Amino acid sequence: MASPSSNIAAHDVAPEDMATVSRQTSIYVYEAPVRIWHWVNAAAILVLCVTGYFIGRPPPSMQIGEAVEQFVFGYIRFAHFAAGMVLTVGFLGRAYWAIVGNHHARQLFYVPVWRGHFWKEVWFEIQWYLFLAKEPKKYVGHNPLAQLAMFFFLTLGGSFMIVTGLALYAEGAQEGSLTHLLFGWVHGLVWNTQRLHTLHHLGMWWIVIFMIVHIYVAIREDIMSRQSIVSTMISGHRTFKDDRPD
Amino acid sequence: MSQIETFYEVMRKQGITRRSFMKYCALTASALGLGPAFVPKIAHAMETKPRTPVIWVNGLECTCCSESFIRGAHPLAKDVVLSMISLDYSHTLMAAAGHHAEAALQETIDKYKGNYILAVEGNPPLNEDGMFCIVGGKPFVEQLKHAAEHAKAVISWGACASYGCVQAAAPNPTRATPVHKVITDKPIIKVPGCPPIAEVMTGVITYMLTFDRLPELDRQGRPAMFYGQRIHDKCYRRPHFDAGQFVEHWDDENARKGYCLYKMGCKGPTTYNACSTVRWNEGVSFPIQSGHGCIGCSEDGFWDQGSFYDRLTNIKQFGIEANADKVGMTAAGVVGGAVAVHAAISALKRAQKKNQEKVEG
Repeated sequence: MASPSSNIAAHDVAPEDMATVSRQTSIYVYEAPVRIWHWVNAAAILVLCVTGYFIGRPPPSMQIGEAVEQFVFGYIRFAHFAAGMVLTVGFLGRAYWAIVGNHHARQLFYVPVWRGHFWKEVWFEIQWYLFLAKEPKKYVGHNPLAQLAMFFFLTLGGSFMIVTGLALYAEGAQEGSLTHLLFGWVHGLVWNTQRLHTLHHLGMWWIVIFMIVHIYVAIREDIMSRQSIVSTMISGHRTFKDDRPD
Repeated sequence: MSQIETFYEVMRKQGITRRSFMKYCALTASALGLGPAFVPKIAHAMETKPRTPVIWVNGLECTCCSESFIRGAHPLAKDVVLSMISLDYSHTLMAAAGHHAEAALQETIDKYKGNYILAVEGNPPLNEDGMFCIVGGKPFVEQLKHAAEHAKAVISWGACASYGCVQAAAPNPTRATPVHKVITDKPIIKVPGCPPIAEVMTGVITYMLTFDRLPELDRQGRPAMFYGQRIHDKCYRRPHFDAGQFVEHWDDENARKGYCLYKMGCKGPTTYNACSTVRWNEGVSFPIQSGHGCIGCSEDGFWDQGSFYDRLTNIKQFGIEANADKVGMTAAGVVGGAVAVHAAISALKRAQKKNQEKVEG
């Protein structure tokens, strides 16, 4: 098996690839826990949005059998609660990984508002999205605009949904339960929990808006930017399409 | 009047037999969720303790609390408490009027300083120095503060006193204010509802008189024994909710079958009260049993949570009547549209750039 393959950049390399193939680099950005969390989180959010929408606006009544024989709405609610718990545990795990993981894992949990440089780059990214900049910058982690968006939509929005969601769950779990002990205080902030339902419902749309933007931007960047995006969240490796300095 | 009568004495004076008295004690014990061991304790307390005077004041209100109260399922409860209250001060129920009534109030306050319970029905309006509610020639808020000064505890009867109710609904022109925001230095028990259930009202008073302390309260200051669970948690239509069987329109087949009223805007899932267990009018029925959703009358600001018949609350802050779904869908639609346009421009730009590169290259 020992072959002179070490001299070959890739087995199927074509003559026109020769100029760049050996110089393109990849950086390991997203460690396995981050990637697993991302996809579990995505699945949980999908389940939560669909079932949550139905909880606010139930599907047409179904007459499969007597009430004792069918549990349609019960299953919808179960799926919602189960996915909510998965999301919560995932979020806590992700927060833990921000501490022990590599420095890219921390990006989601803060915005370096104190750095003028950060805001300059945010402005540059906005220009890129307004078609004013010719070429985007290269980033190993999230670009500043993405970091800002993820922090507000996902980290803050997600936390809001977890807290309000568990507070609503505490209503069913009732006083004396652990959930009520930990999240019952939220009822005191809104007084009438109908308000909590409305806020939680609006929060869903906040997350839906994030999903639309996030998926669009990830695909767009994958095609138009100078680096890999979508595959990075699968393999963990960031690859760059050119060697030009930023 | 030197020796204050006990409850038992008051009851016997009204011609109540000992047998009926013991029945009342047993009923009260079970209504309060206490075991059989507490029946003799209640009986003993009622036989030996001098009754606690109650001053009942009325602010901005509709008297539905009093109406409910005098319809207590167990006649003894109302007799006892009513006779007790009419002795002291209550607008609607006492015999005295005018200056005599006001004098009776002052006398009770002076005589039982620190020992009486102040029951408040309705709430004080604070705008225009409280001129929207005048009692005995003075703003009600002054009477309330005066009566509360020496009270042992305050009971906020009904949604008015507890949360403000209809007179505090937006825009609240008289600035009707719940009692706990005016009286801040006394223990306050909220017994919300519009009106509260009669048995809940008598139960709370009996508990306080029997045990000489406040019942266990929840985070919002309501007696946990009656407000610890939602209507939804004990609703007899709950199996239809879990099954996904809902009334779709008033008077449809599902309504006749008694399915869940969730889609008709029933507020049972967000309303803490004992209606689905204690029920009304001597346990005859309660709104959901009569085929109408719960309107959430024992919750804070229930007038301002949109229609009684919508599951999702209208959000008036958005200028037009819109609910969370409409707001969300509009926002998502705008963002989705923007994304589509942006994607199209991106594709065009990219094609243009490629062409240029080809030309240049």
